[in-house]
Amino acid sequence: MSTLLATENLTIRFGGLTAVDGFCLKLHEGELFGLIGPNGAGKTTVFNMLTGVYLPSDGTVHCDGCLVNGMNPVQVARLGVSRTFQNIRLFDELSVLENAMTGAHQHSRINLFDSLFRTPRHYREEKRQRDIAYRLLEFMGLEDRAGLAAKQLPYGHRRKLEIARALATEPKLICLDEPAAGMNTGEKAELSALIRKIRDELKITVLLIEHDMKLVMGICERIQVLDYGKTIALGTPKEIQNDPKVIEAYLGGE
Amino acid sequence: MGRMISILVVALAVVFGVNWFLDSFIDTYVVRVVNLCGISIILAVSLNVINGLCGQFSLGHAGFMAIGAYVSAYFTTTLRYFDEAQAKYVSVEPLLGGQWGFVPALIAGGLAAAVAGAVVGIPTLRLKGDYLAIATLGFGEIVTIMITNFEKIGGANGLPGLPAYSSTFWIYAFVVVVVMFSWYLQRSTFGRALIAIRENELAAEVMGIPASRMKVMAFIYGAFFAGIAGGLLGHLLQTISPATFNFMKSIEVVVMLVLGGLGSMTGAIVGAIVLTALPEALRDVESGIGLPGVRMVVYSLVLILLMIFRPQGVFGQKELSLKLLGRLIPGRRAKDSGGEE
Repeated sequence: MSTLLATENLTIRFGGLTAVDGFCLKLHEGELFGLIGPNGAGKTTVFNMLTGVYLPSDGTVHCDGCLVNGMNPVQVARLGVSRTFQNIRLFDELSVLENAMTGAHQHSRINLFDSLFRTPRHYREEKRQRDIAYRLLEFMGLEDRAGLAAKQLPYGHRRKLEIARALATEPKLICLDEPAAGMNTGEKAELSALIRKIRDELKITVLLIEHDMKLVMGICERIQVLDYGKTIALGTPKEIQNDPKVIEAYLGGE
Repeated sequence: MGRMISILVVALAVVFGVNWFLDSFIDTYVVRVVNLCGISIILAVSLNVINGLCGQFSLGHAGFMAIGAYVSAYFTTTLRYFDEAQAKYVSVEPLLGGQWGFVPALIAGGLAAAVAGAVVGIPTLRLKGDYLAIATLGFGEIVTIMITNFEKIGGANGLPGLPAYSSTFWIYAFVVVVVMFSWYLQRSTFGRALIAIRENELAAEVMGIPASRMKVMAFIYGAFFAGIAGGLLGHLLQTISPATFNFMKSIEVVVMLVLGGLGSMTGAIVGAIVLTALPEALRDVESGIGLPGVRMVVYSLVLILLMIFRPQGVFGQKELSLKLLGRLIPGRRAKDSGGEE
């Protein structure tokens, strides 16, 4: 198993606050990896550093042998890292299908003149994007909603559409930021099956932030626990569940 | 592409017919208003790509128009200015004289404006919202001030003697081109990328859409057609001066967009026609009731009422289509089919 993503001593400071401190992560190809921790532990900040949204104050991120520090989000996306957002960020005025199609934009090889003059390349590109988008909407069970505006979707479907859009970038690694937040038990069960399918069928490595312990423990092979920006535990779900430091972080110590 | 060419040919034939009809049967005042409407449409539709689709609030459209107008005039017009060294008036013959030089001159004006769009866009598009509006406003002012201080092209007095090449045919030929291109742009991967940037810039970037590059592209596109519109306006009015392109002109175009619905191309077209024709139509009302000046009051009232009762503009972000029209007609609600989307 080769390493897809590795961070070393990743640190970020906002003024006097060290939000993430010396974060080390080794993500193997094809892994389903969970990143958990109490609120404010720095999980989303880690995602922001991995995807080029924040520049780390210290440390390195390597993905597929490339140094990610200093890359902007567009370059990171090209490299094959995609993500969803904790607070959903869809393109509300575009349709569900068009939202998924925007994910495929980065692989288009046409220029503006192809579209303005409606050359055959333009039509080929539209078809390519539409095919990818439809396939992924089907995958996420949203194909009936393709024509709706994204803002008309109910909450659970909006989360799924975000995943479909991220998958349309054809990533090697997808980072899911609390995909189950606000879902009911049935939707959560469906979602965990989908996440597993993303890994098993699409062969995409998954890095998951999630507060729902049942979901995380149920699907992740390895889990890393953050608290106040520091890693306090790393291991299989079973090891994590019995780790006294984790229990203390979540339930409070003496 | 084949379909595009056939649409273009048919549309140009229609424009040619309309041009002949207007010139033969309609009085010149009405034709003038129709022509001004056409120029407004080019301006509004091109600005819609920047302000509406991409969501970048630009107030620099008049500046791009000015560049287009002066550059195209440079190619078509005999320049006369006082030469200090020789202590006499000299005249410079145009590079592209005659009717056939008109379109190349317009395109040169458009290209010059597009270059200006890139030069302005690259540094300022890091700015967001109000800051970008102020920076582009500043750009427009810089252009007019530079022209004011440039004696060879007339300075503050303006440049007279532009040949009257802007016929209804040429104006509406460019209307057809800008409308068609903008429609195609909107319905392509680039249009979706622009809207994605407007809706959520961070998410767009994370999806691999290069936001800065797309914004500069939108700016260049808008500036090119603003330059063309400036050239057409110059050769319609036959005299251009910096005052023609002051910042009120930019505001006027923005108001057209807001009236029609920011982000809707058909809304931009309707806004452009209404705001250009309304003041002229109200002229008759004014002379009818014998109260001079009342037309600007009515005009302002219309805008204020619209913003109170329909702040998203007449069309919102929707496009006017046969389907939408069908829905507006009572009784047809249930069984409206047909029509393009």
